[in-house]
Amino acid sequence: MIDVKNLSKSFGHHLVLDDISQHIYPGEKVVIIGPSGSGKSTFLRCLNLLEEPTKGVITFDGTVITDPKAKIDLIRRQMGMVFQHFNLFPNMTIRKNITLAPVRTGLMKQSEADADAETLLERVGLRDRVDAYPAQLSGGQKQRVAIVRALAMRPKVMLFDEPTSALDPEMVGEVLEVMKQLADEGMTMVVVTHEMGFAREVGSRILFMADGKVLEEAPPAQLFGSPTHPRLKDFLSKVL
Amino acid sequence: MEQWPVLYQQWKQFIIAGEAVTPWQKYFVLFYQAFMEADRWKQYLNGVGTTLTVTAMALAMGVTIGVIVAVIRTSHAQQRPGRRNPVLGLINLVCRVYVTVIRGTPMMVQLLIMGMVIFKSSRNFTMVGALSLGINSGAYVSEIIRGGLMSLDPGQAEAGRSLGLNYFDTMRFIVVPQAIKAILPALGNEFIILLKDTSLITVIGGKELLYAAQGIYSRTYEQMFPLFGIAIIYLILVMIFSWLQGILERRLRQSDRR
Repeated sequence: MIDVKNLSKSFGHHLVLDDISQHIYPGEKVVIIGPSGSGKSTFLRCLNLLEEPTKGVITFDGTVITDPKAKIDLIRRQMGMVFQHFNLFPNMTIRKNITLAPVRTGLMKQSEADADAETLLERVGLRDRVDAYPAQLSGGQKQRVAIVRALAMRPKVMLFDEPTSALDPEMVGEVLEVMKQLADEGMTMVVVTHEMGFAREVGSRILFMADGKVLEEAPPAQLFGSPTHPRLKDFLSKVL
Repeated sequence: MEQWPVLYQQWKQFIIAGEAVTPWQKYFVLFYQAFMEADRWKQYLNGVGTTLTVTAMALAMGVTIGVIVAVIRTSHAQQRPGRRNPVLGLINLVCRVYVTVIRGTPMMVQLLIMGMVIFKSSRNFTMVGALSLGINSGAYVSEIIRGGLMSLDPGQAEAGRSLGLNYFDTMRFIVVPQAIKAILPALGNEFIILLKDTSLITVIGGKELLYAAQGIYSRTYEQMFPLFGIAIIYLILVMIFSWLQGILERRLRQSDRR
């Protein structure tokens, strides 16, 4: 579904991603773990071109998105993204946050989008907050709304950039619950996270990144059960 | 009230004749002369009308120019490296020259150039004045708005773009509304300056409030009351303006309520 070939990214002289090649298959739940500064988030942000790759080719559903002529807005509509800091629009109600993109891009009429937003909110237990503003919600609620906002575009793949890292500990669970639900429904997901429990339970494949490279990749049981790379062993001993 | 004209004529004769009058009598004469005689208050009223019209026109123009220039300059700066659009680069250069020239020369000089060089043959001094003020204000407003756009968390624009919204929709619905809220105090400041700067169009013959006062004291040779009078009128206008701004800010803060 997403094919990454020889992806490199540098900020100035600092090489953040070093020649990464990966393929993400439909329905797969790829979880990326690794120490901070390893390039996990940059890798994820390259997938929908929020970061421009320095080198390499990314293909999404047969379209080369790194091609300068690619219609990036059309591609991004099919890739939902959830951010660490939620990035809800504080000047709009929850309803407007969710319906803005589907309506503006011509995917739905306002009335359809409204109904759709309520259905989606119902699923994450926030149906009654549809007219609230983001500032009135807790962190966990904001992140659930952010997930709904991305889902409202009917994406084929969801990208999660440390979705629980900015949350109070007691709110992590409610967000992971929504993500698990989504995974069970068969959504293709790429998740950067520090939640090892989630990675183990939901991930179909775990990538361990450090220094801009994928040092080890395996299904969770294998990666957590018998890590081979010394950096991974070291990392797991610190986080588990 | 009815005997005021009578008293005015009587006491004015006393003053001209050099007879002793009380300070109150003297000030009454000056006041009456400045505001009441020959229905002069109508001239002030017309002046206020012109001042407000010019302010409104210059404001609309300034904000329009300001938003356009700010969006051009920000979008130029935010282009992805290696994919810079040469046309946008050229427009951006024009915008930068505009801001530099307007901010680098005095308002009064700009007005004189507009009135006496560029629109030398125009008799519509007030409109020329409004145009000059609008062009001037646009440069400052564009810098204020640019500051607001740059101060916003880049994550907001990223969230918009990641949803598949194009650059201009992202600006229009997400970035600009939030930036406007952030810059409202600075913008209010600019509007107040604009309102008072309308007095400058007198130099090219714009018939606003100061023009009215000048016309009156050039007949009466008494400057104190006309000048104090218009100073108070400007003050009241600015206070009304600030009050309206406060209401607007409270309304925009609606989304902050918890």
